[in-house]
Formats: sequence, structure tokens, C-alpha cells
Amino acid sequence: MISEGYNFAYLDEQTKRMIRRALLKAVAVPGYQVPFSSREMPMPYGWGTGGIQLTASIIGTGDVLKVIDQGADDTTNAVSIRRFFARTSGVRTTTKTTEASIIQTRHRIPETPLRSGQIMVFQVPIPEPLRWLEPRETETRKLHALAEYGIAHVRLYEDISIMGRVATSYNYPVLVNGRYVMSPSPIPNFDNPKLHRSPALMLFGAGREQRIYAVPPHTDVHSLDFEDHPFKVQDWFEPCALCGSRRSYLDEIVTDDRGGRMFVCSDTDYCSQRIAEA
Amino acid sequence: MSPILEARQLIKTFGRIVACDDLDMEVWPGEALAVVGESGSGKTTLLRCLSGLLAPDSGAVTFRSLGGETSDLYAISAARLRFLMRTEWGFVHQNPYQGLRMNVSAGGNIGERLMAAGDRHYGRIRGQATHWLNELEIDSARIDEHPRTFSGGMLQRLQIARNLVTGPRLLFMDEPTGGLDVSVQARLLDLLRDLIERLDLAVIFVTHDLAVARLIAERIMVMRDGQVVEQGLTDRVLDDPQHPYTQQLVASILRL
Repeated sequence: MISEGYNFAYLDEQTKRMIRRALLKAVAVPGYQVPFSSREMPMPYGWGTGGIQLTASIIGTGDVLKVIDQGADDTTNAVSIRRFFARTSGVRTTTKTTEASIIQTRHRIPETPLRSGQIMVFQVPIPEPLRWLEPRETETRKLHALAEYGIAHVRLYEDISIMGRVATSYNYPVLVNGRYVMSPSPIPNFDNPKLHRSPALMLFGAGREQRIYAVPPHTDVHSLDFEDHPFKVQDWFEPCALCGSRRSYLDEIVTDDRGGRMFVCSDTDYCSQRIAEA
Repeated sequence: MSPILEARQLIKTFGRIVACDDLDMEVWPGEALAVVGESGSGKTTLLRCLSGLLAPDSGAVTFRSLGGETSDLYAISAARLRFLMRTEWGFVHQNPYQGLRMNVSAGGNIGERLMAAGDRHYGRIRGQATHWLNELEIDSARIDEHPRTFSGGMLQRLQIARNLVTGPRLLFMDEPTGGLDVSVQARLLDLLRDLIERLDLAVIFVTHDLAVARLIAERIMVMRDGQVVEQGLTDRVLDDPQHPYTQQLVASILRL
């Protein structure tokens, strides 16, 4: 059911134009953070205001929308954003990765390989990958402009010296197209390799921080590492307890108060599809 | 031989205050030069202008690299200036909190310049960090500790290590012994003198302490109101001051 009194997909057309202009620049300069004048959305900052503005700006009547929250289609954030677009634009929504043309995500990339023509929209809390060491925005912009990325490695150095390995397991910084160091948003580093030369377009929106950036299809995306400590993704000792997959990202679920736990796919669509096929 | 750093007709004003008043100076490779004078005489402003941190109103600062290539600090690109800053020279701040990252371990602080210069080998970076901790007489077992657990003297030594790791030829120091007690100061100066000698560093050293200048520097420049009132070999200037202001400075040292 479409709500009365709203423009298509909630945002007014001028705002969409402004965001599309920023998007064009972001796609033209992969990994570069383009400032845009983020709007107030009918939800708090931190709930995906950046991603929702991107989706609102690119969605059309022919699109099919999927929204995931930590891989799941049925959690609060995913359900409410999906309903928001169903009510304000009337577009078809889905939980199937293969059917979707736009996938708005909070912190996961689906396990099902993406294809050309699909668009991923990431919700980003802190777009600046160097913020951890350099609190000044003027300075981080200068570092990006001059491609001085030594301090990005200082963070990895600290991890190795304290933990013996790079312990950063999410929001793991990447170098895009050999030029800009970029925060891939808080996706697990398990998903980083999926960014590399993906056939899908990746868009990132940070509402509170007012930044948009993008990775166009087939772009090189390399996770930062050291020669003697190469980038490594997390692995698990056991397969998914539900579908038996050994190749997907697993969530730990506590099943009782006596230490019982199980590991299941965080991508609910992928998991249920595998169970249905079996 | 030509000077490693040269300043010509340097003028820097802050409103009506003239911090550098038409200054000419040069520093030669391997030379330790002390800049002395009372607070507000323009020493720190001069140092900031010379090291590329603060653009003068007019005048030029020229750096000569090992190959003989000269760069006018305020005419070259920001990228080139920053490259020189982290490879060819170092800057030791009076307050170590300005020169160090307090939330990064000692090893990370030293390694940062190597990583900025493009080193991507953890083992090598760590080896260098250990080496420079030892050089500066900091227990290398403390490589993973944060600088805030270090004493004042150690912080200054860590700051120096962080600057020396990329093998600079020129070191700027702004009152590096300020706020240290006398015995710690003496040890630091001893260490510093040894390093300057061994690494053949050119040093520009700002201090208000004539005793420190005497220990470290071969040459001394006395500044007052943005002008150099007297300069020459340290022993000559301090033993036989010519300018009335220098005479007053030397006479005001307490003797026990």
C-alpha cells in the first residue's frame, strides 16, 4: 500500500538530483569521499540515513529492492527500511539476492555472487578510514589528496605487535583502484575480497558524516597488509549448523544459558536457499 | 661545500609584532647551530619558517639535498615539502605530545615514518624500531608500550628516535630539554651530542639555555626582537660577547 502525500521514494526531486550529482562524481573517482548535503530522514542517525538517501535517489519503478541487516532479511532495520520504500515508492521488494536490482545493506555483502547490473548500497557510520589516528578532518583530507597512507598501516602494525596478527576483523581498510584508501563500512573482512573486481556497482552513503563514495564495477580493491603478514579472512572450525555451508560467514548464536551455541550463516537468504535445494 | 639550508631576507610579522626582521642565515652540513634569545625574541617563529611549518611574509628558504638539488620550501608543491619533511629532516618539539602519537605504541611511533616512506614489511619495521630504541637508550622491551607510560626524558628520546629512523640529514629542535630536570637533561645532551657526531647531522637548535647551547652547538646565533644581534663560534660568543644584549644574557647566568 502506497502512502499518500509523499513524493516518489520520499525525497524531493531536487535532493535526488543533488545526490545523483555527488554519485556521478563518486563513481568517476573510485574511493574518493564526496561531500553532499545530507537531509533529515524520518529515522535517527546511525540507522542508515546515508544508505536510505542513496536508495531513494537511484530507485525507479522497475527496481526490485532487497534490504539486509547483518546478512538477515528479517531483522528490525531491514524490515522497516524495506517497508519504508514499499510505502513511499510502491516498488517490489524481495529477500532473494538473485531477484534484486538494488540491495541496501548494513554491514554484509550477500554470499550469492552479485551480477552485472545490480547495485549494492552500504550504510556507513564513519566514512574516514584514517580517523582512528588523525582526528582532524583538514589533515585527513590533505593525506588523501597527497596519497600519504602511512598511518593506515600504523593501525595494522599495532594489531600485529599486540595480537601477533591483524586483529581488525571488520571495517578493514582497502586501497581502491590503486589510489584512495577507503573504509568498506563495517562489513567483516570476510567480505572484502567480494569487493575486488565485483561486476556490481557499490555505493556507500554516510548520512551523519555527509559523505558518498563508490566502487564502480570491475575495480581493483585491495585490503591493506604487510608483505610478511598478508591479508587473511576469518575462518571457522565448523560448517553452518543449518545448511552445512563451509564457505559462508557464520554468526554465533547462543541457544541456552548453559553454554550451548551454534554457528549459522549470517546470510539468511543464502542459507534457506541451500536448505531448500538439499 | 654549500649550506644545507639557507634563508634570505626572511620577514614574518604577526600584526604589529615583527618576529623575523629581514633575517639572513645558513646552516652547513653536519653543523650544530644554536639559536638563543629570550622568550618572544622570534626563535621559534624562525625555526617554524625554516622547517616549512610556517610560511614567511617574504623571503626564501632553500634546502639543498645530497645530490645538490635545491628546493625553495615555499615554492615547491605541498607534496614535495611534506616528503622532504619526513625523509630529509626531522622536527623535535618542546612538548613531546605534539611530536608523538600518544595512543600508538613506541614501536608504532618509530615505524610510522618508515611506513609513510613506503615500507610494507612488518619484520623490517620492527627491527628498525628496536634498533632506534637501543640507540636512544630506551629499553627495547618497552617497544609495545604506549608513550604515556614513559617519563619526560624517555618521551624526548622516543621523539628523537622517531625522527632519526628515516636517516634525515637535518634536525630541527625546539627546546628539546625544556621541562627536564638537570641530570636527565645532561644525559639527553650527551646522547644527542654523540648522535650528531656519528650520524653527521646538521642541527638547528632553539634554546634559551646558554649552557645547553655551549654543550651542543659549534655555532651560535643570538636573537632579539626578530633580529640576529650577534653570531659566531659558540665559545667565542659566550666567552667574549660583543653586543650589549649578549653581554647581558651571559652575565645573567647564575653561578654556583
